[in-house]
Amino acid sequence: MTKRRVEPLVWLMFSGGGVTAATVLPVLVALFAFAFPLGWIDAPDYGHVRAVVQNPLTILVLLGVFAVMLVHAAHRFRYTLYDGLQVKHQVLVALLCYGGAAAMTMMALIVLAAPL
Amino acid sequence: MTALPTYHRRMPTFWWLRKRTYFVFVMRELSSIFIAWFVLFLLLFVKAVGRGETAYHDFLDWAASPVVVALNVVAAVFLVVHTITWFNLTPQAMDLRVGRRPVPAAAVIAAQYAGLLVVSAVVWWLVRS
Repeated sequence: MTKRRVEPLVWLMFSGGGVTAATVLPVLVALFAFAFPLGWIDAPDYGHVRAVVQNPLTILVLLGVFAVMLVHAAHRFRYTLYDGLQVKHQVLVALLCYGGAAAMTMMALIVLAAPL
Repeated sequence: MTALPTYHRRMPTFWWLRKRTYFVFVMRELSSIFIAWFVLFLLLFVKAVGRGETAYHDFLDWAASPVVVALNVVAAVFLVVHTITWFNLTPQAMDLRVGRRPVPAAAVIAAQYAGLLVVSAVVWWLVRS
């Protein structure tokens, strides 16, 4: 019974994370995975990056963005394993996917909140 | 409760290689793992920034190494697939109405690309200013 009550919330977070990944992630990836490391654009100086990243508002937004994208990824990957790759250990797969997302969210909390 | 004996036809593991549309479906779903990778990548970036200037430059050097660039290129392709398919699916999943008239699917899709541009501009302004 409890599973039924949790299910809509997970789907809601799945959708939220999907929208977030589609709109927020492309620019972050373009800048931090390509443009700055590969020198297409001069990387911003350390002091400025630090000020932006350690701003409480940035920390809050990033924590929410990361958490919801992790739930999205876990939920979708769970069904990819069930339906796509025909992995039938349902409980184990669910535990690994959501457990992984929970562990990474904890890591995000620790990393992001460190300067506070 | 007694479990009813139901018949489950065993699906071959690679059933999705048989048809192009099946393959695209599984690739779209697999984008999830690459989204998780980018979250981890960005967390490592935040961690490096917290550790100091040297760690920040070390991170940028590491991110420019061939293996990481190759992984990021593959992951970025999946991210683009995710963004396009997600925007295209939204009007099918949401029944948006203005008054009683349904909003055309093209308008919903265009609005999302506009959102993407606005978010990108804000992030760019924050990072560069």
